[in-house]
Amino acid sequence: MNSQQLQQLFPYLWTLPRKTGEQRAEVLLYGNQTLLESMDDKVMEQIANVAALPGLVGAAMTMPDAHWGYGFPIGGVAAFDAEQGGIISAGGVGFDISCGIRCLRSNLSLHDAEPFLHKLADKFFAHIPAGVGEEGKIHLNPHQLDEVLLGGAKWAVKQGYGNASDLEYIEENGCVAGSMPENVSELAKKRQHGEMGTLGSGNHYLEVQVVEHIYDDAVAQAFGLREGQLIISIHCGSRGLGHQIGTDYLVKLAKAANRLGIRLPDRELACAPIQSSEGQQYLGAMKAGINCALANRQILTHLTRETFTEIYPHALLETLFDISHNTCKEEMHSIDGKPRLLHVHRKGATRAFAPEHPKLPERYRTVGQPVIIGGSMGTGSYILAGSSTNQAFASTSHGAGRALSRTQALKRWTGRSLIDELQQQGILIRSRSMRGVAEEAPGAYKDVNLIAEVTEQAGLARRVAFLRPKVCIKG
Amino acid sequence: MNPCYFEHDADIGIIGRGETLEQSFEAAAIAVFAIMTELESVQPNTEIAVEFEEADIELALVTWLNIVIAKAREFGMVFSRFNLHRDHDRWHGRILGEKWRDGLERGVEVKGATLTMLSVKQIETIWESRCVVDV
Repeated sequence: MNSQQLQQLFPYLWTLPRKTGEQRAEVLLYGNQTLLESMDDKVMEQIANVAALPGLVGAAMTMPDAHWGYGFPIGGVAAFDAEQGGIISAGGVGFDISCGIRCLRSNLSLHDAEPFLHKLADKFFAHIPAGVGEEGKIHLNPHQLDEVLLGGAKWAVKQGYGNASDLEYIEENGCVAGSMPENVSELAKKRQHGEMGTLGSGNHYLEVQVVEHIYDDAVAQAFGLREGQLIISIHCGSRGLGHQIGTDYLVKLAKAANRLGIRLPDRELACAPIQSSEGQQYLGAMKAGINCALANRQILTHLTRETFTEIYPHALLETLFDISHNTCKEEMHSIDGKPRLLHVHRKGATRAFAPEHPKLPERYRTVGQPVIIGGSMGTGSYILAGSSTNQAFASTSHGAGRALSRTQALKRWTGRSLIDELQQQGILIRSRSMRGVAEEAPGAYKDVNLIAEVTEQAGLARRVAFLRPKVCIKG
Repeated sequence: MNPCYFEHDADIGIIGRGETLEQSFEAAAIAVFAIMTELESVQPNTEIAVEFEEADIELALVTWLNIVIAKAREFGMVFSRFNLHRDHDRWHGRILGEKWRDGLERGVEVKGATLTMLSVKQIETIWESRCVVDV
């Protein structure tokens, strides 16, 4: 992206000035010059398109890790008011509805666990279904699947997958209200038949990490983090069901937009007014997708615990937090000093509630919500905390963002050589797909350290801890 | 025919070319499944019929690809041969492949076709269909 087209408002906040006659709201881009210039021009084009959608409240924004997405940029944030004709967009949520990260803290230190990490990696690889063509062990009939879509992680806990205490540390306590399984197609449900409790492919992973550095002792203590501690992060979403919902409604919403006279500069921005029939149908289906993802991560948490305690019988794995980064959530925000109910789209962006937010669990109430920025399998990830300085509808970065396309990565690396190279660095990779490993090469991602640093400097969230990968199960 | 691709930041752009519109859709489906496995190793021993209705040829490409991807997941299969026939707005297809088994190369799962960079057009005597698929 040519930053000459942008106007710097603050050291880490930029705007895209409107051209003469351009009818759109303000665009705000968080980042520094290096990150902004590394972004594709499409990011600027896509966020400007979002700023022209009806009922937008405030600015359309991109986070420091933004990159080119589908209609909305990945790392895009936009809030809409239903009372003001605001829209809901399938492209603004993304195909992998409620894709996110479950983070578990262990009572083990790397020092104690290290001699058995090879064994742990092999066990995880054998027990966690991951990658193309792999099925889970849980096969649900249509009635049971509807219960998942209504109950989310609460359903999973009721079936014996995990503990009730997990629910306190999941967004919406593990179940979003207003899910409408009847708005989810039969095809979407059929796709999910063998996919409950599976990790998926692409950038999804299960990682064992070590807390290598603490930035904020007080917040780390509240989060239960200490240097040398083992952490597990599970990155996945709503699998085939979520994707099929996105696919089904993309076409329906595109047709609705056309019928309702909403001009779409890009068909992938397909949307409908929240209060329209199509908007309500998608909202109900999308919430079903969120619950599916929450249940899926809860099942994977259970499988992770089972496997982990086979190797470390005295290990405890507690949920630190479960956070999604592909959602549209109904939230109260203060606009010009008045509370308003908004539909906040976060496409590849993480919610980050500030300290004292009423939806935070008691344990984190004074320090802010845990935020996870997932990096590549060779570099690391960050845990941050929500900050009262956040002016982006309580949103922040979600990952490192790709620097190279998958095709470019395949030309530069092979899976086998990467696995060997990472093993020499003390990182164990297990994957059935050498192509998948090559495409996810650490060098294909942007510098996660820079993303986290800029995220903090922009006032979006505060760094708490840096996690270094030790074992990574890739799809 | 070798599968063809184009660049996208996060995902993969697929291209299908053929002498007819339907052949370009079939080639696009081959490009999708070649991301998931080595197609030469797939035995086309099970056939599944699909059909859909769509007047818009660009939306028809996305619908076709998403149906074959969904059928693959529904039946736990991987497909290597595709036949598609258009009768006005109705499309009838036959897709052939087998269940995933040990010995088949594991590539990367394609979750669906998108409207991004979606284009279906005739270039002189050749039809070309393209879009970005989400992986």
